[in-house]
Amino acid sequence: MSNSKVILFVLTMTTVVALLLSLMYSGLKDIHDRNEAIYNKKEIFQAVDPTANDMDADKIESIFDQSVKQYVLNYDGDVIEGERADKLKLDKEKKKDAKVRKYPLYVYQEGGKTLYIVTLRGSGLWDDIWGSFALKDDFRSLAGASFGHKGETPGLGAEIKDNASWKAQFKNNKKIFDDVKNQYLSVRKGGARDEIMEVDGIAGATITCDGVTDMIEDGLGPYFRHFEKLKNGKTGQLLNK
Amino acid sequence: MADVQETQLKNQEATFAFGKKERKLLSDPLNDNNPVTVQVLGICSALAVTTLVYPSLVMAVAVVFVCAFANLAISLMRNIIPGQVRLIVQLVVIATLVTVVELALKALSYDVYKQLSVFIGLIITNCIIMGRLEAFAMANKPWQSFLDGIGNGLGYGLILIAVAFFREIFGKGTLFAGSPAELKIIGNTSEYLLNTEATWWLGWYANNGLMVLPAAAMFLIGIFIWIQRSYNTKLVDIS
Repeated sequence: MSNSKVILFVLTMTTVVALLLSLMYSGLKDIHDRNEAIYNKKEIFQAVDPTANDMDADKIESIFDQSVKQYVLNYDGDVIEGERADKLKLDKEKKKDAKVRKYPLYVYQEGGKTLYIVTLRGSGLWDDIWGSFALKDDFRSLAGASFGHKGETPGLGAEIKDNASWKAQFKNNKKIFDDVKNQYLSVRKGGARDEIMEVDGIAGATITCDGVTDMIEDGLGPYFRHFEKLKNGKTGQLLNK
Repeated sequence: MADVQETQLKNQEATFAFGKKERKLLSDPLNDNNPVTVQVLGICSALAVTTLVYPSLVMAVAVVFVCAFANLAISLMRNIIPGQVRLIVQLVVIATLVTVVELALKALSYDVYKQLSVFIGLIITNCIIMGRLEAFAMANKPWQSFLDGIGNGLGYGLILIAVAFFREIFGKGTLFAGSPAELKIIGNTSEYLLNTEATWWLGWYANNGLMVLPAAAMFLIGIFIWIQRSYNTKLVDIS
């Protein structure tokens, strides 16, 4: 077969294929975006309600529309006006310097109860891990947590996401930070020794669990600065918004 | 005369016969000519995706789809594909179908897409598919090629699910984790953890950490090959 025929064949084929795939991609883009948004919302809301994963799409959206307010904080803990937390791409934010990074904050209000959901991102064994922590209005006590990961090993590191009883530790009397001891919540290999400031580790997932500890220690600063301002009433109008 | 020959040829191509030969195309890859345990192809993904049954199942379905339709497409084009670029043409066809699967999965079941995204992309590198295109579809009619693709996809999927079945039970203590039909079979999810859901008859077993590592899949596939060869003696090379 002559060269020109070969080139013609390849050109025709690639054009047809490119057309087909781009049509399919643009046709499905809306569904993809909606799926991704719902997936992320479910993951965040699991910190408040562990059964959020089984909710249908409309329910989770109505919760976020009606009961959840979204803010984006800067490093100093001030609210950046006109930005929505769910529009942030946290994987890209993580690569930035901490001082220019943007920090998402979700405030969930339901029946007089207010929960502050902070979403942190850190590194596991293979790739990024992230977690959402629901804090009560003393800004220290945990009401729940949910985790996600990009590529941890199923059965080992991936248990931070899959293991319901592990995640269930992040509530009741646990605190994310102790002001007196100046100590953050940590994951202890071999089982927690402190009832308040430690949770049990997962066997075979030490590095992932250490990633959770580091993530909590490194990421909370801007949120605490923000909470400090809330307590002192400097941004008091925020709550009434 | 030439016209008559051409119509005869077309008639032959259009038949959807399902005789002994076609049935053999479907059943051979399940046992006598299994792509994984006999031809030892597609090992890399069989090691990587088989920690859980549910993703393996989705992976198997995706491979059946890609293998069948890639075979069909290449077989339809087999007389016009220029010999010099045939491997590239095969790759483009496979990559297209894999992207179609990925886009469809992302729209239909986002959770599974999240679990499998890397591996779905890796179907492109699955040597079974390219092997079938080169060895079968380039020389056979579309219908037979289509069946051959389904057969080989199923043969691969069978081993995949069998490996995942044992790895999930002994590595994680569950079955179909991640799907709506998740079952807890044995063991605590973590030996350091007081699992309130586990009852006494579940709790005696501690998860085997080796089973979640790729090495366990290697052992399991080795054992499958051993079992298969001990009853299917025509596979044993006597020379």
